[in-house]
Amino acid sequence: MSRPETTAPPEVFYSETESKKYTSSSRIQHIQAEMTLRALDLLALDPHQHILDIGCGSGLSGEILSQEGGHVWVGMDISPSMLAVALDRDVPGDLLLADMGAGIPFRAGSFDAVISISAIQWLCNADTNTADPKRRLARFFDTLYAALRRGGKVACQFYPRDDRQVEQILGAAKTAGFAGGLVIDDEDKKKNRKYYLILTAGNITTNDINLKGVKIDKQHAARRTSKKNRKEESTKEYINRKKELMRKRGKLVALDSQFTGRKRRPKF
Amino acid sequence: MKLLTANFVQCSVKACSATPKCFPLHFDQQTADVPLELAHEDVDFSPEFIYNILPRIDWPALLITARELGNNMLPETTPEIENPNAPENEQILRDLHTLLLETQIIQGSMRCENCNHIYFIRDSIPNFLLPGHLVQ
Ligand SMILES: C[S@@+](CC[C@H](N)C(=O)[O-])C[C@H]1O[C@@H](n2cnc3c(N)ncnc32)[C@H](O)[C@@H]1O
Ligand SMILES: [Zn+2]
Repeated sequence: MSRPETTAPPEVFYSETESKKYTSSSRIQHIQAEMTLRALDLLALDPHQHILDIGCGSGLSGEILSQEGGHVWVGMDISPSMLAVALDRDVPGDLLLADMGAGIPFRAGSFDAVISISAIQWLCNADTNTADPKRRLARFFDTLYAALRRGGKVACQFYPRDDRQVEQILGAAKTAGFAGGLVIDDEDKKKNRKYYLILTAGNITTNDINLKGVKIDKQHAARRTSKKNRKEESTKEYINRKKELMRKRGKLVALDSQFTGRKRRPKF
Repeated sequence: MKLLTANFVQCSVKACSATPKCFPLHFDQQTADVPLELAHEDVDFSPEFIYNILPRIDWPALLITARELGNNMLPETTPEIENPNAPENEQILRDLHTLLLETQIIQGSMRCENCNHIYFIRDSIPNFLLPGHLVQ
Protein backbone atom coordinates (compact mmCIF):
# COMPACT_ATOMS: atom_id res chain seq x y z
CA MET A 1 0.00 0.00 0.00
CA SER A 2 1.42 3.39 -0.91
CA ARG A 3 1.55 6.16 1.66
CA PRO A 4 -1.15 8.83 1.26
CA GLU A 5 1.49 11.54 1.83
CA THR A 6 3.26 10.62 -1.39
CA THR A 7 0.17 10.42 -3.60
CA ALA A 8 -1.19 13.98 -3.40
CA PRO A 9 -1.29 17.08 -1.15
CA PRO A 10 -3.51 16.51 1.92
CA GLU A 11 -6.35 18.77 0.81
CA VAL A 12 -6.45 16.86 -2.48
CA PHE A 13 -6.03 13.39 -1.01
CA TYR A 14 -8.77 14.04 1.58
CA SER A 15 -11.38 14.77 -1.06
CA GLU A 16 -15.09 14.67 -0.43
CA THR A 17 -15.28 10.97 -1.29
CA GLU A 18 -12.18 9.99 0.67
CA SER A 19 -13.24 12.05 3.70
CA LYS A 20 -16.60 10.31 3.86
CA LYS A 21 -15.08 6.91 3.31
CA TYR A 22 -12.44 7.55 5.98
CA THR A 23 -14.93 8.72 8.57
CA SER A 24 -17.54 6.01 8.06
CA SER A 25 -15.11 3.10 8.31
CA SER A 26 -15.60 1.47 11.70
CA ARG A 27 -12.11 0.05 11.46
CA ILE A 28 -10.67 3.56 11.17
CA GLN A 29 -13.00 4.91 13.87
CA HIS A 30 -11.66 2.26 16.24
CA ILE A 31 -8.01 2.79 15.45
CA GLN A 32 -8.24 6.59 15.71
CA ALA A 33 -10.17 6.33 18.99
CA GLU A 34 -7.64 3.93 20.42
CA MET A 35 -4.68 6.10 19.49
CA THR A 36 -6.36 9.22 20.87
CA LEU A 37 -7.02 7.42 24.14
CA ARG A 38 -3.42 6.36 24.25
CA ALA A 39 -2.26 9.93 23.61
CA LEU A 40 -4.49 11.17 26.44
CA ASP A 41 -3.21 8.40 28.63
CA LEU A 42 0.36 9.59 28.05
CA LEU A 43 -0.53 13.23 28.66
CA ALA A 44 -2.23 12.55 32.00
CA LEU A 45 -4.16 15.83 31.87
CA ASP A 46 -6.37 17.39 34.49
CA PRO A 47 -10.00 17.55 33.38
CA HIS A 48 -11.54 20.64 31.69
CA GLN A 49 -8.50 21.69 29.70
CA HIS A 50 -8.30 23.83 26.56
CA ILE A 51 -6.85 21.62 23.82
CA LEU A 52 -5.82 22.02 20.19
CA ASP A 53 -6.25 19.05 17.83
CA ILE A 54 -3.92 19.46 14.85
CA GLY A 55 -5.04 17.71 11.68
CA CYS A 56 -8.39 17.12 13.36
CA GLY A 57 -10.00 15.86 10.16
CA SER A 58 -13.63 14.90 10.63
CA GLY A 59 -13.31 14.96 14.42
CA LEU A 60 -12.75 11.29 15.22
CA SER A 61 -9.88 12.20 17.54
CA GLY A 62 -11.46 15.38 18.91
CA GLU A 63 -14.66 13.67 19.98
CA ILE A 64 -12.68 11.59 22.43
CA LEU A 65 -11.39 14.80 24.02
CA SER A 66 -14.94 15.88 24.83
CA GLN A 67 -15.90 12.47 26.18
CA GLU A 68 -12.81 12.01 28.32
CA GLY A 69 -12.44 14.70 30.94
CA GLY A 70 -14.74 17.37 29.55
CA HIS A 71 -12.04 19.15 27.59
CA VAL A 72 -12.88 22.02 25.28
CA TRP A 73 -11.04 21.70 21.98
CA VAL A 74 -10.30 23.50 18.76
CA GLY A 75 -9.46 21.48 15.68
CA MET A 76 -7.45 22.68 12.70
CA ASP A 77 -7.19 20.97 9.35
CA ILE A 78 -6.14 21.81 5.82
CA SER A 79 -8.84 19.74 4.10
CA PRO A 80 -12.17 21.54 3.59
CA SER A 81 -13.83 18.19 2.86
CA MET A 82 -12.71 16.67 6.14
CA LEU A 83 -13.97 19.75 8.00
CA ALA A 84 -17.27 19.55 6.10
CA VAL A 85 -17.73 16.01 7.39
CA ALA A 86 -16.91 17.26 10.90
CA LEU A 87 -19.63 19.90 10.53
CA ASP A 88 -22.13 17.31 9.32
CA ARG A 89 -21.34 15.15 12.31
CA ASP A 90 -21.88 18.13 14.60
CA VAL A 91 -18.67 17.62 16.57
CA PRO A 92 -18.41 19.71 19.75
CA GLY A 93 -15.06 21.35 18.91
CA ASP A 94 -14.50 24.62 17.12
CA LEU A 95 -12.97 24.17 13.67
CA LEU A 96 -10.34 26.09 11.72
CA LEU A 97 -9.20 25.74 8.12
CA ALA A 98 -5.44 26.09 8.39
CA ASP A 99 -2.11 24.66 7.27
CA MET A 100 -0.01 23.55 10.23
CA GLY A 101 3.15 24.08 8.18
CA ALA A 102 2.34 27.79 7.91
CA GLY A 103 2.21 28.05 11.70
CA ILE A 104 -0.31 27.68 14.52
CA PRO A 105 -2.39 30.90 14.40
CA PHE A 106 -2.89 31.29 18.15
CA ARG A 107 -1.49 33.77 20.60
CA ALA A 108 0.99 32.83 23.32
CA GLY A 109 -0.31 30.51 26.01
CA SER A 110 -3.60 29.62 24.31
CA PHE A 111 -3.62 25.91 25.09
CA ASP A 112 -3.03 23.57 28.00
CA ALA A 113 -2.30 20.72 25.65
CA VAL A 114 -2.08 19.77 21.99
CA ILE A 115 -2.83 16.47 20.35
CA SER A 116 -2.37 15.36 16.79
CA ILE A 117 -3.38 11.94 15.56
CA SER A 118 -1.98 10.59 12.27
CA ALA A 119 -1.17 13.99 10.79
CA ILE A 120 2.31 15.45 11.34
CA GLN A 121 4.08 13.06 8.96
CA TRP A 122 2.52 15.21 6.23
CA LEU A 123 4.96 17.97 7.19
CA CYS A 124 7.86 15.91 5.88
CA ASN A 125 6.52 16.08 2.33
CA ALA A 126 7.07 18.91 -0.10
CA ASP A 127 3.81 19.26 -2.01
CA THR A 128 4.94 22.14 -4.18
CA ASN A 129 8.40 23.06 -5.31
CA THR A 130 8.36 26.12 -3.04
CA ALA A 131 7.46 24.13 0.08
CA ASP A 132 10.51 23.31 2.14
CA PRO A 133 9.79 20.59 4.73
CA LYS A 134 12.60 21.82 6.94
CA ARG A 135 11.20 25.33 7.13
CA ARG A 136 7.65 24.11 7.58
CA LEU A 137 8.68 21.83 10.44
CA ALA A 138 10.55 24.69 12.10
CA ARG A 139 7.63 27.08 11.71
CA PHE A 140 5.24 24.42 13.00
CA PHE A 141 7.16 23.62 16.17
CA ASP A 142 8.14 27.24 16.90
CA THR A 143 4.55 28.46 16.77
CA LEU A 144 3.31 25.35 18.55
CA TYR A 145 5.66 26.06 21.42
CA ALA A 146 4.44 29.64 21.67
CA ALA A 147 0.76 28.67 21.54
CA LEU A 148 1.12 26.44 24.61
CA ARG A 149 1.07 27.71 28.14
CA ARG A 150 4.31 27.12 30.04
CA GLY A 151 4.25 23.53 31.18
CA GLY A 152 1.82 22.68 28.39
CA LYS A 153 2.03 19.23 26.85
CA VAL A 154 1.91 17.73 23.37
CA ALA A 155 1.16 14.22 22.10
CA CYS A 156 1.46 13.58 18.38
CA GLN A 157 0.87 10.09 17.03
CA PHE A 158 2.40 9.92 13.58
CA TYR A 159 3.45 7.53 10.84
CA PRO A 160 7.11 8.13 9.97
CA ARG A 161 8.21 6.81 6.60
CA ASP A 162 11.63 5.92 7.98
CA ASP A 163 14.14 6.74 10.73
CA ARG A 164 15.22 9.84 8.88
CA GLN A 165 11.77 11.36 9.26
CA VAL A 166 11.77 10.50 12.94
CA GLU A 167 15.09 12.28 13.38
CA GLN A 168 13.89 15.24 11.35
CA ILE A 169 10.77 15.67 13.48
CA LEU A 170 12.55 15.18 16.80
CA GLY A 171 15.27 17.59 15.75
CA ALA A 172 12.81 20.33 14.82
CA ALA A 173 10.90 19.90 18.09
CA LYS A 174 14.09 20.16 20.08
CA THR A 175 15.28 23.25 18.24
CA ALA A 176 11.97 24.93 19.06
CA GLY A 177 12.72 24.42 22.76
CA PHE A 178 10.60 21.41 23.60
CA ALA A 179 11.67 18.68 25.99
CA GLY A 180 10.42 15.15 25.57
CA GLY A 181 10.88 12.21 23.30
CA LEU A 182 9.30 9.30 21.58
CA VAL A 183 7.11 6.49 22.86
CA ILE A 184 6.83 3.46 20.63
CA ASP A 185 3.97 1.04 21.20
CA ASP A 186 3.93 -2.50 19.86
CA GLU A 187 7.60 -2.29 18.98
CA ASP A 188 7.78 -5.96 18.19
CA LYS A 189 5.22 -5.71 15.41
CA LYS A 190 6.84 -3.77 12.64
CA LYS A 191 3.64 -3.07 10.74
CA ASN A 192 1.54 -2.02 13.72
CA ARG A 193 4.18 -0.02 15.53
CA LYS A 194 2.77 3.24 16.87
CA TYR A 195 4.91 6.35 17.34
CA TYR A 196 3.94 9.02 19.85
CA LEU A 197 5.94 12.22 20.04
CA ILE A 198 5.54 13.42 23.63
CA LEU A 199 6.65 16.97 24.41
CA THR A 200 6.49 19.55 27.15
CA ALA A 201 6.86 23.31 26.73
CA GLY A 202 8.86 24.77 29.57
CA ASN A 203 10.51 23.05 32.46
CA ILE A 204 8.36 20.52 34.13
CA THR A 205 9.44 17.14 35.33
CA THR A 206 8.63 14.10 33.25
CA ASN A 207 6.57 12.92 36.21
CA ASP A 208 3.85 15.12 34.85
CA ILE A 209 3.58 12.82 31.89
CA ASN A 210 2.39 9.31 32.34
CA LEU A 211 5.31 7.21 31.19
CA LYS A 212 5.42 4.76 34.01
CA GLY A 213 4.39 1.20 33.54
CA VAL A 214 5.21 -2.16 32.24
CA LYS A 215 5.84 -3.73 28.90
CA ILE A 216 3.35 -5.62 26.86
CA ASP A 217 2.16 -8.59 28.86
CA LYS A 218 -0.25 -11.49 28.67
CA GLN A 219 -3.27 -9.21 28.71
CA HIS A 220 -2.13 -8.18 25.30
CA ALA A 221 -2.35 -11.73 23.96
CA ALA A 222 -5.79 -12.08 25.50
CA ARG A 223 -6.92 -9.03 23.62
CA ARG A 224 -6.03 -10.58 20.32
CA THR A 225 -8.05 -13.72 20.85
CA SER A 226 -11.19 -11.65 21.28
CA LYS A 227 -10.99 -10.37 17.74
CA LYS A 228 -14.28 -12.00 16.78
CA ASN A 229 -16.38 -10.09 19.31
CA ARG A 230 -14.85 -6.84 18.20
CA LYS A 231 -16.83 -6.66 14.98
CA GLU A 232 -20.21 -6.27 16.67
CA GLU A 233 -19.09 -3.54 19.07
CA SER A 234 -20.03 0.10 18.81
CA THR A 235 -17.16 2.54 19.06
CA LYS A 236 -18.29 3.43 22.55
CA GLU A 237 -18.22 -0.16 23.75
CA TYR A 238 -14.88 -0.58 22.09
CA ILE A 239 -13.47 2.47 23.85
CA ASN A 240 -14.69 1.29 27.22
CA ARG A 241 -13.14 -2.11 26.69
CA LYS A 242 -9.86 -0.51 25.62
CA LYS A 243 -9.78 1.72 28.66
CA GLU A 244 -10.42 -1.21 30.90
CA LEU A 245 -7.59 -3.08 29.21
CA MET A 246 -5.18 -0.19 29.47
CA ARG A 247 -5.90 0.14 33.15
CA LYS A 248 -5.26 -3.53 33.71
CA ARG A 249 -2.17 -3.49 31.61
CA GLY A 250 -0.56 -0.62 33.50
CA LYS A 251 0.56 1.14 30.31
CA LEU A 252 3.42 0.44 28.02
CA VAL A 253 6.98 1.57 27.43
CA ALA A 254 8.77 4.00 29.72
CA LEU A 255 10.63 6.80 28.01
CA ASP A 256 14.09 6.73 29.50
CA SER A 257 14.63 3.31 30.96
CA GLN A 258 13.56 1.34 27.91
CA PHE A 259 15.17 3.41 25.22
CA THR A 260 18.69 2.45 24.41
CA GLY A 261 20.44 2.23 21.06
CA ARG A 262 20.11 5.74 19.75
CA LYS A 263 20.03 4.80 16.12
CA ARG A 264 16.82 2.82 16.22
CA ARG A 265 15.01 4.81 18.89
CA PRO A 266 16.04 8.40 18.62
CA LYS A 267 15.09 10.68 21.46
CA PHE A 268 16.30 13.85 23.04
CA MET B 1 -16.24 30.04 15.71
CA LYS B 2 -16.87 30.58 19.39
CA LEU B 3 -16.07 33.88 21.04
CA LEU B 4 -13.67 31.89 23.19
CA THR B 5 -11.62 30.93 20.13
CA ALA B 6 -11.79 34.49 18.80
CA ASN B 7 -9.98 35.49 21.98
CA PHE B 8 -7.01 33.27 21.03
CA VAL B 9 -6.59 33.37 17.25
CA GLN B 10 -4.06 35.77 15.79
CA CYS B 11 -2.79 36.66 12.32
CA SER B 12 -0.93 33.78 10.73
CA VAL B 13 1.49 35.91 8.73
CA LYS B 14 4.98 35.41 10.09
CA ALA B 15 5.95 39.08 10.03
CA CYS B 16 2.79 39.95 11.98
CA SER B 17 3.25 37.45 14.79
CA ALA B 18 6.24 39.52 15.92
CA THR B 19 4.06 42.60 16.41
CA PRO B 20 1.41 43.19 19.11
CA LYS B 21 -1.02 44.22 16.37
CA CYS B 22 -1.58 40.63 15.24
CA PHE B 23 -4.08 40.16 18.08
CA PRO B 24 -6.99 40.48 18.41
CA LEU B 25 -8.31 40.18 14.88
CA HIS B 26 -10.96 42.81 14.22
CA PHE B 27 -14.59 42.49 13.19
CA ASP B 28 -14.92 46.17 12.38
CA GLN B 29 -15.03 45.80 8.60
CA GLN B 30 -17.59 43.46 7.13
CA THR B 31 -18.38 42.80 3.50
CA ALA B 32 -21.71 42.50 1.74
CA ASP B 33 -21.10 39.01 0.37
CA VAL B 34 -20.23 37.53 3.78
CA PRO B 35 -22.37 39.58 6.19
CA LEU B 36 -21.72 39.11 9.87
CA GLU B 37 -23.96 36.49 11.42
CA LEU B 38 -24.01 35.33 15.04
CA ALA B 39 -25.94 32.47 16.57
CA HIS B 40 -26.57 30.91 19.94
CA GLU B 41 -25.66 27.25 20.27
CA ASP B 42 -26.34 25.27 23.42
CA VAL B 43 -23.24 23.78 25.05
CA ASP B 44 -23.22 21.77 28.29
CA PHE B 45 -22.35 24.06 31.19
CA SER B 46 -19.01 23.35 32.83
CA PRO B 47 -18.17 25.82 35.61
CA GLU B 48 -14.77 24.18 36.03
CA PHE B 49 -13.75 24.88 32.47
CA ILE B 50 -14.78 28.53 32.67
CA TYR B 51 -12.93 28.85 35.95
CA ASN B 52 -9.79 27.29 34.44
CA ILE B 53 -9.75 29.37 31.29
CA LEU B 54 -10.78 32.70 32.79
CA PRO B 55 -7.30 33.85 33.88
CA ARG B 56 -6.11 33.29 30.32
CA ILE B 57 -8.85 35.26 28.63
CA ASP B 58 -7.40 38.50 27.35
CA TRP B 59 -10.13 40.69 28.78
CA PRO B 60 -9.26 43.96 26.98
CA ALA B 61 -9.28 42.01 23.70
CA LEU B 62 -12.61 40.42 24.61
CA LEU B 63 -14.05 43.88 25.21
CA ILE B 64 -12.89 44.99 21.78
CA THR B 65 -14.32 41.91 20.07
CA ALA B 66 -17.63 42.15 21.92
CA ARG B 67 -17.93 45.84 21.09
CA GLU B 68 -17.20 45.19 17.40
CA LEU B 69 -19.88 42.50 17.45
CA GLY B 70 -22.36 44.91 19.02
CA ASN B 71 -22.17 44.03 22.72
CA ASN B 72 -21.27 46.90 25.07
CA MET B 73 -22.50 45.22 28.22
CA LEU B 74 -19.36 43.51 29.49
CA PRO B 75 -17.68 44.57 32.73
CA GLU B 76 -14.47 46.54 32.24
CA THR B 77 -12.27 44.00 33.99
CA THR B 78 -12.07 40.21 34.34
CA PRO B 79 -14.63 39.01 36.90
CA GLU B 80 -12.95 37.63 39.98
CA ILE B 81 -14.02 34.17 41.03
CA GLU B 82 -12.50 32.32 43.90
CA ASN B 83 -14.62 29.21 44.12
CA PRO B 84 -16.30 27.92 40.95
CA ASN B 85 -18.69 25.78 42.98
CA ALA B 86 -19.96 28.48 45.30
CA PRO B 87 -23.66 29.17 44.57
CA GLU B 88 -23.15 32.94 44.48
CA ASN B 89 -20.78 32.50 41.52
CA GLU B 90 -23.07 30.37 39.42
CA GLN B 91 -24.76 33.21 37.57
CA ILE B 92 -21.56 34.94 36.52
CA LEU B 93 -20.06 31.61 35.40
CA ARG B 94 -23.20 30.88 33.39
CA ASP B 95 -23.05 34.31 31.80
CA LEU B 96 -19.43 33.76 30.85
CA HIS B 97 -20.30 30.32 29.53
CA THR B 98 -23.02 31.79 27.30
CA LEU B 99 -20.71 34.51 26.08
CA LEU B 100 -17.60 32.44 25.45
CA LEU B 101 -18.86 28.98 24.52
CA GLU B 102 -22.39 29.44 23.24
CA THR B 103 -21.96 32.51 21.07
CA GLN B 104 -21.01 31.35 17.60
CA ILE B 105 -19.79 33.54 14.79
CA ILE B 106 -21.42 31.78 11.85
CA GLN B 107 -19.94 34.01 9.20
CA GLY B 108 -18.21 37.32 8.72
CA SER B 109 -14.68 38.59 8.41
CA MET B 110 -11.76 39.31 10.69
CA ARG B 111 -9.04 41.81 9.89
CA CYS B 112 -5.41 41.91 10.99
CA GLU B 113 -4.54 45.39 12.12
CA ASN B 114 -0.94 44.97 11.04
CA CYS B 115 -1.19 43.60 7.49
CA ASN B 116 -4.89 44.17 6.87
CA HIS B 117 -5.36 40.63 5.64
CA ILE B 118 -8.99 39.57 5.88
CA TYR B 119 -9.82 36.15 7.31
CA PHE B 120 -13.25 35.03 6.22
CA ILE B 121 -15.50 32.88 8.38
CA ARG B 122 -18.01 30.69 6.56
CA ASP B 123 -20.17 27.90 8.01
CA SER B 124 -18.62 28.95 11.32
CA ILE B 125 -15.13 27.95 10.11
CA PRO B 126 -12.50 30.70 9.78
CA ASN B 127 -10.14 30.30 6.86
CA PHE B 128 -6.55 30.75 7.97
CA LEU B 129 -5.00 29.52 4.73
CA LEU B 130 -2.75 32.28 3.45
CA PRO B 131 -2.43 33.31 -0.17
CA GLY B 132 0.99 32.47 -1.60
CA HIS B 133 2.47 35.94 -1.27
CA LEU B 134 1.83 36.02 2.49
CA VAL B 135 3.45 32.65 3.22
CA GLN B 136 7.02 33.04 4.39
C1 LIG C 1 -5.42 10.44 8.91
S1 LIG C 1 -6.27 11.99 9.07
C2 LIG C 1 -6.51 12.05 10.82
C3 LIG C 1 -7.70 12.89 11.22
C4 LIG C 1 -8.05 12.85 12.70
N1 LIG C 1 -6.95 13.34 13.53
C5 LIG C 1 -8.43 11.45 13.12
O1 LIG C 1 -7.81 10.92 14.04
O2 LIG C 1 -9.33 10.87 12.52
C6 LIG C 1 -4.95 13.16 8.78
C7 LIG C 1 -5.44 14.60 8.70
O3 LIG C 1 -4.33 15.49 8.67
C8 LIG C 1 -4.68 16.59 7.85
N2 LIG C 1 -3.50 17.33 7.40
C9 LIG C 1 -2.52 16.90 6.57
N3 LIG C 1 -1.63 17.89 6.35
C10 LIG C 1 -2.06 18.97 7.06
C11 LIG C 1 -1.56 20.30 7.22
N4 LIG C 1 -0.46 20.71 6.58
N5 LIG C 1 -2.23 21.13 8.04
C12 LIG C 1 -3.36 20.73 8.68
N6 LIG C 1 -3.87 19.49 8.54
C13 LIG C 1 -3.24 18.61 7.75
C14 LIG C 1 -5.45 15.95 6.72
O4 LIG C 1 -6.23 16.88 6.00
C15 LIG C 1 -6.27 14.89 7.46
O5 LIG C 1 -7.54 15.36 7.82
ZN1 LIG D 1 -1.30 40.20 9.74
